[in-house]
Parts: sequence; structure tokens; C-alpha cells
Amino acid sequence: MIDVDVARRVPGFCLKVAFKNGAGITALFGRSGAGKSMTIGLVAGLAKPDRGRIVLDDRVLVDTQKRIFVPSHKRRIGVVFQDSHLFPHFGVRQNLLFGRWFAPRGARSVGFDAVVQTLGIAHLLERAPATLSGGERQRIAIGRALLSDPRLLLLDEPFAALDLQNRLEILPLIERLRDEFKIPILYVSHAVEEVARLAAWAVVLDDGQVVAQGDPADVLRPAFGEDPRFASASILAMQVGRRDTAYGLTQLIHPAGSIWIAGGAGMQGGRVRVVVQATNVTLAASRPQGLSVQGALEGRIARVETSGALALVEIELVGEGRLSAMATRRALDDLGLRRGDLVFALVKTAAIDERLVGGTSSAPARNAG
Amino acid sequence: MLSLRIAIVATLVSLPFGIFVAYALARWHFPGKTLVAAIVYLPLVLPPVVTGYMLLLAFGRRGIFGSLLAALGIVLSFRWTGAALACAVMGFPLMVRAMRLSFEAVDPRLEQAAGTLGANPLLAFFLVSLPLAMPGVIAGATLAFARALGEFGATITFVSNIPGETQTIASAIYTFIQVPGGDPAALRLTLVSIAIALVAIVASEIFQRRGEKRLAGSA
Repeated sequence: MIDVDVARRVPGFCLKVAFKNGAGITALFGRSGAGKSMTIGLVAGLAKPDRGRIVLDDRVLVDTQKRIFVPSHKRRIGVVFQDSHLFPHFGVRQNLLFGRWFAPRGARSVGFDAVVQTLGIAHLLERAPATLSGGERQRIAIGRALLSDPRLLLLDEPFAALDLQNRLEILPLIERLRDEFKIPILYVSHAVEEVARLAAWAVVLDDGQVVAQGDPADVLRPAFGEDPRFASASILAMQVGRRDTAYGLTQLIHPAGSIWIAGGAGMQGGRVRVVVQATNVTLAASRPQGLSVQGALEGRIARVETSGALALVEIELVGEGRLSAMATRRALDDLGLRRGDLVFALVKTAAIDERLVGGTSSAPARNAG
Repeated sequence: MLSLRIAIVATLVSLPFGIFVAYALARWHFPGKTLVAAIVYLPLVLPPVVTGYMLLLAFGRRGIFGSLLAALGIVLSFRWTGAALACAVMGFPLMVRAMRLSFEAVDPRLEQAAGTLGANPLLAFFLVSLPLAMPGVIAGATLAFARALGEFGATITFVSNIPGETQTIASAIYTFIQVPGGDPAALRLTLVSIAIALVAIVASEIFQRRGEKRLAGSA
């Protein structure tokens, strides 16, 4: 477990963050410039904090009061950078084995073959880094960090430079890493979908400060983005229900109702998180009949925030969770909807990218933060 | 070939210092960095005679370092070793310049990556920075070598022009063209020095291209 409480000031920016992580994946979430990468740099030992403490598994890495600063090569923290930073003068195999030479022999818990198999990189071993695609390079970089037998793995927006297709291929890999190698991961991202899918715990940074931390479904709202109309989204924790094989659909169940998504979402009964854009939610004052929309979630209006012609409606769902819906002010008035009223929220099946629906680990790891 | 020996010794002995100074100038920030750079590059702009004379003052038998070294039984002035020192000092700026540029071209984040993988700074240097800067290191060494072969002014000032001891190819040519009937011998030596220079340049080109090819990843 890592316990971070640090402050660092550089011209024009002041970082002051404190957080802990647990098992599994902890996300550092925030828009660019929020201080995520600087935090990662401090944890990895690439920069010194002005003051503060960093403790990893009871080992003090930084304590400015006691003048302790463990250099990065002695921290045993693996880092995967935004651009992979593979060594261009080594082949893929040598890159993977680079950290292995320095890992203490007794501590080699990660097997070379296991990493190669999990990441699906066996066919790349004899290639040179310059000949690899972006996605392949990142997979090698992840393998290289894993094989140095780290006690903590830092992923600094590892997919920011990748296109959607590559990202969708690598996200399941991260889930496999989390479940197979049992190394705690600190995952930096500004993509709500990625965090919702992967993380058990999210730390939200803004302007160098921790503004929230907790379960991703609770803390990732309100959304970050330039235009709140399209950026507002909610994360729903749901359970995989039955499958309609004839039409290729899967039902996701929530105490407030159920929705359908295209394609599969893993094992029946498994827990998943779904990201729903506020603009894809339609409101109804009574249980709808005869619509093409295939799912309705029941709840009460907790908050209405108007802006021009539009209104952002926050619905407290039956059971747990909140869902944001974007509607016109006129629609709300026509339906006579106000705070506290019962509503049915309709989610369009085709609007959910089923490829981004991911399972949280079977036994969700939590911590007290 | 005395010239060749002097040039090779001068290049090899100054190589580790050159790499160290080039890396320090490329990567580290330290007080007086500009001053160090100025001193290193000074022989490039000073008249060689001035450099030679300063060497004579410092390393001559009664010079500050010279007297110390003489106590240890090492005499540089008017010996071939002194010629090598003069050549090394004259070639040093060229060597450092080429190497510094190539070290600056190595992405420092690669060194950071090596660090997070457990390599201490020294190992990171030998496993990552040095191999990646190798084309520039070879180019720098070649330039210094070529400079050492052609070095004349500082050498003749510091260690004079003693046949068989400090007479380099350049000073030999100079001697031959000063005496009547020496032209054929001077011409012969001229051809020899052209040949050596060509071999050195072609060899460094080949090394460099091989290094670049490897980085481009023609696996």
C-alpha cells in the first residue's frame, strides 16, 4: 500500500496531495494540468517534493523532515510512461529483461513466460522497438515494468497516445494484470470510461488538490470537460443479467430497473460499471410503454440545474447511485417534473459503447482511504 | 610511425575525460558550468602557439605541474608523451563538442526509465546513454584523432621538433620543405597523411552508419 502526502511548488503551479491506495487499481483522475503526472513523478522518485512523506508498504521512501529520499532505482516502483520510452538500441526481449537484471533475486515473483503470455507479445520478442505499433510498444513497456518485480506499478496515461481500437485491446490486459499478478496499480487517466472500468478507488485531482476520493461511481461526477452538455456522464454499478443470443443483447440489472446493451459483458452475475452520457438519457413521468428504448431506471429527481434552454437533472436511483440526464427546460415543465418527483430514465441501448463496459474484479477491493 | 602513435595515445587517453566532460556539460547543472565549457573550448579559438606556450609554462620542468610530475619521474616537455599531451589538449574541444551534442540528443526520460527499472545512474549511463550516444562519441574521437595527426603549432611550441622523439608528420613536412631538395620527402609524407585521414574518416562513417541503422531498427 502506498501512502502519499506531499507538496511541491513550481513556478505557476502548486501541488498538495494526500491519498492512499488499496489493492487493485487506484485511479488518479483529473483534467490535464491537474497535477496527475507531477504526483506520479514524485511517487516514482523522478522529482523531490518540497515537503511531505511517501511510504510504500511500511518503507519510507520520502520524508522531508527526516531528510529521507530514496532514489528511483531503489524504490522498486515500475512506471509505464505516456510514450513507452523503450530503449531503441535493445531488442524487445532485452527491453523486457532490462529491469530483471536489477531486481533482487529472491523477489522474482513475476515469471517471464507468464508476462509474455498475458500480454500476448510472444511474436514480438525478436523485433526492434522502432518497428512496433503504438499499442505493441505500450504492451512491451508494461511487460518491462512488470518484470522488474515492482511493489507498485504506475501507469501514467499509458493509452493517451493510442487510438480507440488499440485502447480497447489493451484495457482487458490491464484487468488481467490486476487479477493475475496482484501488484497494486496507480493508474493516471482523464478518461472517465477507463477509470470506471478499471479502478476500485478513484482519487480526483483538480488544480493540484485532491477534490474527492472514493468509489469511481460516487466521485466521478460532475464530469470534467470543456462543454458540460456533452461531458456530463454518470457511472452505474450494475450486474450482468440474462443474454438475448438471438438479438445479441445483454441485460444489465440495477435495483432501479434494467437496461440492455449490445454484445456481451462477461459472466452472468458479474459486476460491471457502465458509463452513461447525460445526453443519452430520456426522462418520462410514468413507466413508458411502446418505445424503442429498451430500458428504464426508476428514481427521484435530486437536483435540477438549468443553463439556458437546457437542464441537467440528477436522479437519485432506487437502490443506489445517481444518474444525470440532460433535457430541455420546456420538456421538464411540460411533464411537470420538479425536485423530489418520481421519474423513469430511459437509456438508449445503441448509445452505450459495450466495448467500454468492464468488470470490476469479482471481489471488489475497497479501502478506508 | 611516431605521429600515429602520438595521435592514438592522445585520443585514447583523452577519450574517458572527453566522455565525462561532454556528459556533464550535456546533462548536469552546476555552478561554473559556463566557465568549464569556456576553458574546454578555449584551445579551439586560441592560437595554437599560445596553447603550446601555456603547456610549456605549466608542464615544463619548472612549471607547476611539470615539477610535480618530474618528481615522480615523468617528464613531458620535449618528449613524445608531451607531444601526445599537446595533441590531446588541442583535440579535446572537438571531441567534447561532438559528444556533448549527441548526449543532448539522448532523451533523458530514457535514463529515468532505466532508473525506475532499478538501474543506478552509473549503470543507466553505460547501458543506455553511452550506447545511444555512440555515433557522436565515435565522431568526436575521430575528429580528435584527425586533429592530433595534423597538430603543429602547440606541439612545436611545447616539445619542439626533435626527429625520432617529438617530430610529428606535420613538423616533419615543415622541416623537409625548409631544406633544399626536401620536396620529394615532403610530398611522400603529405600522401601518407592524406591516406591516414581518409581511412579515419571512412571508418568513422561506417561505424556511425551502423549505429544509426541499429537504432532505426532494421531487425
